[in-house]
Amino acid sequence: MSEAAMPLWEVFIRARNGLSHKHAGSIHATDAEMALHAARDVYTRRGEGQSIWVVRSSDIVASDPVDKDMMFEPTASKIYRHPTFYEIPDDVGNM
Amino acid sequence: MSGTCEPMMTSNQTLFSYVLRLADDHLILSQRLGEWCGEAPTLEEDLALANIALDLIGQARALYAYAGQVEGKGRDEDQLAFMRYERDYQNLLITEQPNGDFAHTIVRQFFISAYMDPFWRRMEGSKDDMLAAIAAKASKEVTYHLRHTSEWVIRLGDGTRESHERMVEALDDLMMFTGELFEMDAVAQEMLQSGVGVDASDLKAEWQHTVQTILQEATLELPKAGHMQTGGRMGRHSEHLGHILSELQYMQRSFPGLTW
Amino acid sequence: MYSQGLIGADGKTHEDAAFLAAFQARIDAEQKIEPNDPMPEGYRKTLVRQISQHAHSEIIGMQPEGNWISRAPTLRRKAALLAKVQDEGGHGLYLYSAAETLGVSREEMTEQLLSGAAKYSSIFNYPALTWADIGAIGWLVDGAAIMNQIVLCRCSYGPYARAMIRICKEESFHQRQGYEIMIALCNGSEEQKELAQDALNRFWWPSLMMFGPPEGESVHSNQSMIWKIKRFSNDDLRDKFINASVPQAEKLGLTIPDPDLKWNEAKQGYDHGEIDWDEFWRVVKGDGICNRERLKNRRRVDRDGAWVREAAMAHAQKRAARTASARIAAE
Repeated sequence: MSEAAMPLWEVFIRARNGLSHKHAGSIHATDAEMALHAARDVYTRRGEGQSIWVVRSSDIVASDPVDKDMMFEPTASKIYRHPTFYEIPDDVGNM
Repeated sequence: MSGTCEPMMTSNQTLFSYVLRLADDHLILSQRLGEWCGEAPTLEEDLALANIALDLIGQARALYAYAGQVEGKGRDEDQLAFMRYERDYQNLLITEQPNGDFAHTIVRQFFISAYMDPFWRRMEGSKDDMLAAIAAKASKEVTYHLRHTSEWVIRLGDGTRESHERMVEALDDLMMFTGELFEMDAVAQEMLQSGVGVDASDLKAEWQHTVQTILQEATLELPKAGHMQTGGRMGRHSEHLGHILSELQYMQRSFPGLTW
Repeated sequence: MYSQGLIGADGKTHEDAAFLAAFQARIDAEQKIEPNDPMPEGYRKTLVRQISQHAHSEIIGMQPEGNWISRAPTLRRKAALLAKVQDEGGHGLYLYSAAETLGVSREEMTEQLLSGAAKYSSIFNYPALTWADIGAIGWLVDGAAIMNQIVLCRCSYGPYARAMIRICKEESFHQRQGYEIMIALCNGSEEQKELAQDALNRFWWPSLMMFGPPEGESVHSNQSMIWKIKRFSNDDLRDKFINASVPQAEKLGLTIPDPDLKWNEAKQGYDHGEIDWDEFWRVVKGDGICNRERLKNRRRVDRDGAWVREAAMAHAQKRAARTASARIAAE
């Protein structure tokens, strides 16, 4: 008895207005409306949510960990993007 | 509400009875839904049904606590919930009907939610502050119950041939318990006239509209309204209630008067 | 609620030495491993086995307590118990999701559970006979589980660790719920105290077994420790549990059913009597009083729900087809 797999969805929850949606976990559902219900019933039982996003896991495009060096290493050397790179005399005050 | 007559002096006895029956509806239905825990068709739905059951237990507790206060004899929520006899429970017959398959449970919950949704919304305008407050909380909860069960009605009605047939059977089996939802007995009438209660008979059109709209989308039909069963409000139940109570009351009956 | 004592994990792996060394270096540097990262096959398999066993335990664990929802003695207790058993379903769900990131589907894991191929914590093959058992389960079984689960929050596999953090946060009420039931019983009548003592007598030893056999016999736990899937030995966690539970029992005025239990000043902990590992293996292998029933129930639930899942899938397909044809018509 092999049953067809029900689609997997990723759940993102905004805990409070002003915050961004954050990945909470996954659920299975046949369609978008039921996915939203499942996300609500599973992940907001303790007042964790103000807003929910659900997205089919298969619709997420992810970078490959193999490409990690190519993707993210080059930024490590660009220290001039950070404020601490620049020297400002102390008596100028907070900048 | 006509508003043509002065509000009658509401006897506490009537208010007590009115609140108690509402509490019984919610207790018995939550007891039924609790039986689903660990048994639902998906894990996600297991959590969903438990959420509904927990909402109902919460509503029942608030109502029993208030009933006890109105009665003024020092009975608390548990004494009212657990320590009465079969004929003293006044819940609607539909709430005690067995879970059956998932179709029966969904239709039962859908019928009741489509009724309780406008019921609580109107109760928010009750002259009784406590009932209005309970209603304000409950109406948000039941709106979701209605939404959730509606989605299932649509999927099961317009799903497979088997699910459609199961839904037809569930609608047929439960239809005869829906007439009781809209009955107005002397207690309900008195509560309505005093501005405390809701005119249940006036909710019928909205209920039918809600139910029919969803059923249509589900490619289902509301069965013809034949003979409607009645009796819950007078403590005349189906055989199922006794068995529900034998489990519900087991601890309180086996060990009377203890603290848990 | 589950404890360690992973049963039958195979940590064997076949990658070359350089690959394994690079992987181990990441583990030793306390870097989390994420779903698509390169990982040894043995690591992946061990995790799938452990996380799915953990998930199955949560799901099967709903049964002994679910058995008391309809009979809870007060409305407050009923609501708390229902919420707790519901949590267990949720925790099973989080854990299945974590395992799914390793390339195994929930359907496959369910089939393994239903066929009897997958194991779950043996504690759930013991029956919950009285209301006091609900107290004892919350106090001891959840107490034992939390010992292990807190450590698992630091597991090297990211999705498992994250699921455990959520689970631990939610489970913090479970043990308190159980202990509060025990307090009420122990402050109550003579018969209530007897119920409490009887529940402790029956659940004490099975709770100690939840941590799994001593390390020498738990063949694969060494590799799990190296990979930081697991961070303490079974005996260490068991001792920690005993040291925490004994004073709790004393506060209740209950007696731990172990005549050999005594304080050891030198190790600053308790020595305990012999655990009956024959019983443990017997129950693990299927001969507890509830094993058959627990699995049969799950099979029934799966069978009874199949038409619902099929209907929902069929409806989704119809709807997608309608949307597609409407789009074509509009073009």
